[in-house]
Order: sequence, then structure tokens, then C-alpha cells
Amino acid sequence: MMIAIHDSILMWLFGGVICLLVVLTIVGSGLKRSHNSNVSRVTIDNFNAQIAAWWKMCVVLALSLVFGRIGSLVLFAMLSFLAMREYLTLVPTRRGDHRTLFWSFFVIMPLQYCVLGFHWYVLLAIMIPILACVFIPTSIAVAGDTAHFVERAGKIQFGLMVCGYCLSHAAALLQLKIPGFAGHPARLLLYLGLVVQMNDLLQYVWGKLIGKHKIAWRVSPDKTWEGFLGGMLSATALGTLLWWATPFTPLQSAGLSFLICILGFAGGVVMSAIKRDIGIKDFGGVIERRGGILDRIDSLCFAAPIFFHVVRYYFAPWP
Amino acid sequence: MTEGIHPIASLLAALARGITGVQVLWAGCEPDERQRIYFANHTSHLDFVVLWSALPSEIRVNARPIAARDYWEETSLRRYLAESVFKAVLVERGAVPKSKSHDEGKFVGRSMIEDLAAALGEHNSLILFPEGTRGNGEKIGEFRGGLYHLGLRRPDVELVPAYLENMNRILPKGEYLPVPMLSLLTFGKPIQVEPDENKDVFLERAREAVSCLRRIGPA
Repeated sequence: MMIAIHDSILMWLFGGVICLLVVLTIVGSGLKRSHNSNVSRVTIDNFNAQIAAWWKMCVVLALSLVFGRIGSLVLFAMLSFLAMREYLTLVPTRRGDHRTLFWSFFVIMPLQYCVLGFHWYVLLAIMIPILACVFIPTSIAVAGDTAHFVERAGKIQFGLMVCGYCLSHAAALLQLKIPGFAGHPARLLLYLGLVVQMNDLLQYVWGKLIGKHKIAWRVSPDKTWEGFLGGMLSATALGTLLWWATPFTPLQSAGLSFLICILGFAGGVVMSAIKRDIGIKDFGGVIERRGGILDRIDSLCFAAPIFFHVVRYYFAPWP
Repeated sequence: MTEGIHPIASLLAALARGITGVQVLWAGCEPDERQRIYFANHTSHLDFVVLWSALPSEIRVNARPIAARDYWEETSLRRYLAESVFKAVLVERGAVPKSKSHDEGKFVGRSMIEDLAAALGEHNSLILFPEGTRGNGEKIGEFRGGLYHLGLRRPDVELVPAYLENMNRILPKGEYLPVPMLSLLTFGKPIQVEPDENKDVFLERAREAVSCLRRIGPA
């Protein structure tokens, strides 16, 4: 069953995003061809890479709309799987973690999506934070290798949280049944995605324009207080203006957008810190062709679960 | 080998590629149909299948793995896989170079070289794991002498080093269920046995040629 084809507001919104992307793609390729020395080559390449990434996100969103409820679950489960794979490829683990990792990939993550599919809300909320949190250290302990024990359990747990728990909550938005908003949950996912991405973009733009005071400079040298505040406020304003497409009032929309922006920033710096720790610039850097999913979901990963739980708590008592 | 690729071999190769998502980089040479000996680090049962599947099919048809007879003849399933599916060249394990005093080792080594040279023939390539056994992935073990003797005997055959990354984490020794992490495979610049080169010096150089291809983790 298609969620969204009959939703004209969603189609307009999505159509608008596509049009914007078409314009940006044309501008990007124009910039690439012109040898304008005012803008550096690296900046243009980054700009084009970002647009390419947005296209991919649109494809994912479009596919999840077309595939319907089950299809979108499968799609996001695959994304979780690929993200987890990327994370564990680069984060060192030990021989003694092997079986725990096998369980994480083939049991815990698929279960998370099954639970979501069956709408078992409580289990969805506690499965990875509590059940996996008990299971993983136990399983590593049983395997017998105690070297770096806490570190190893933490690494695997964090991977499951980010790639399994957080990402599954983006898919969970599509499963929400909000009274008076039936049949339009895809708009929530689009809303979340748009605000997060606009926040990223506007933080970057504001930072370039008036950025002076570094924030978390050890982690991301580009991030400034001016960029953070400017980006957050302007993205919140944009999110507020989208209230008509959501079940929220303008004020609620402003509050939620603000929340999303802060969490988007948090996700971004945390993922950057992980990359610093491992010693790479992008997750896609070493594993070129198959990498880069974590780079794309960084600012989404903290925003998705909290946005989901807030919306569910206030707007959609789970059946 | 004229009869082509066994269907089970193709199936296993596809499966191994799917599990490991292996990304292949020809850093030091291009894929070529000429006769070569590919030698790589060894940490997993998947090593050979992944390396083999990374070769273009016209090369793959003539590429045969070298496997330890004592291990691969132990059960009938192993023997079937080694002999019928992958057409492995089964050999006695060569001696580790340091144990030169063992006469027995030398003797076994010589008959092994005969077998390998015969397997190379006129147009086959070989896939060899000179450590002789699966390591733990942290450090490449000492190379056994077969590569040196084969290189001396067939100077026309290129010796291509390759490094397989993460395989020990995907399917380590002693496990039978794989964890689908990503793997990288890098082919390096071909080497040759230099005239008058000492065996130990060459083997150390060969080992270095493999280990310098490592891309993730400590070099």
C-alpha cells in the first residue's frame, strides 16, 4: 500500500525539494565548469558532494514512500545494516567479540525492525538501550577475553544505538498514527530531514559569513558559535514556516524545529569526534565506494529518536 | 584447466563478495591474463575465495589456489571443496625458513616445488598464502620457502603481492559464522627473485611487499 501518492501536500513539498535540488545541481555543475578563482575548488567539490548526497536521500525517501509500510521498514533496516557495517569496519574490535557482533548484526538489528513493524512501542524503546545493553557485555564476558572489556562493550553498544536504534526511529516516524493526521506520516520524516539538512547547510553558510568564535574546534575546526546560532535560528524559522504540512501549530513547530537543530548539531559533532578518534576524515574515505552512509546520517542520528519520542508522547498515543 | 569454473565455486565466490563487500584496488599493477603467482596474507577461510573472486573471470578460470594437503584432505567435505570445486593444488606444507636444519623439511619442500611447478604449467596462475597457516590478523607471520623456490624456477611468472584487510574479523580461525564487515583487497607491484638473492632476504622482502599494502589500522 502506498503511503503517500494521494497526499497532495506531501507531493508539493517533495516536488519543491526536487525542484530546489535541480536548481542547485545546475548551479553546482556550472560552478565546476567555470574557473572562478573567487571560490576555491575544494568548496565547490564539497558543495557538489553535498548535493549528490541530498539526491540520494531523496531517492531513499521516495522509495520508502513508494514501497509502503513494510517496504520502508526493509529499506531502513538495510540502511541500518550498511551503516553498522561501515562503523564496525573502522572501529577496532577484537577476536573475542566475534559472536557478539554476529548477534548484533543478525539478531538484534533485525529484531529492532520487527518490533517496529509490529508496533510494540515499549519493546522498541527499550530493546537496544536495555536488552542489548545487558546482552552485549554478557556475551563478551562469556567469550572470555577480558582485555579492554568496557571499551569493547561500549563500542558495540554505541554502534547499535546509532545505526540500529537511532536510524530505526527515522523509519518509526512513518509508522506513527496521529489522530487527525492519518495517512500522512511521511510528511514528518520529510519535515525532520529538511530541518536537519537546512540546519547543517545554514550553520555552514553563517559560519562562513560571520563565523569568528570557534566551538568544539578540536573536533570540527569549521564550526563557530556564530554559525551554530545563526544556522539554528534560521533553520528553526524555516521549520516553523513548514507548520502547515505537519500536525503542529506554528509555535509547536518552532519548538520542535529548535530541538531538531540542537540535536542535529550534537549528532554532527559526536560523529566528527568518532572520526577523529579513529583517525579518518570521512567514514567514506577509506572504504570509498561502499562508505559514506555514516557521514550522511550523522546529524540525523540523534534528532530522529528524540523527535520521534516527543511527537509520539504529545501527539500520537501509540495504539 | 579447460573445463571452466565449477558452479559451486561461482556461488561461493558471489556469497563471499556479498558478505565481505570487498573493494578491490589494483595499486601496483593491472589485471592481466599473463601467468602470475598471487601471494597474500592469510587470516581466514574466506581469503582465497575473496581473492579469487576479485580477479576478472578470464583470469579466474586459470587461477588455482594452493592449499595444505593435511588440512584439506581431513574431511570429505573439505576434500570435495578443494579438489572438485576450486581445483586446488594440494601440497605438503613447506618448512619455515628458520628451521633449515630439518632435512625432512627440505625434502618435503623439494617435492612441493615439483607439484607447484607442474600446476603452473603453461598458462595457469596460482594463489598462494606463504604464511602456510591462518594468522590472527595483527602481524603477518614468517613466509615459508615455496614462494622463493617457485620464483627461482619460473622467473617468467610475476609474483604479485596482495593484502586482504579485515578478513580475520569477518571469519576468524575457529569460527563458522561470518560477521559482514567490509574488506579491502589491494594488489601491489609485482616482485621477482633478484639474481643471487638469499632466500631469507627475499622472503622478508616479499613479506614487506604484502604488509606495506595495508590501509586500515596500524601499518
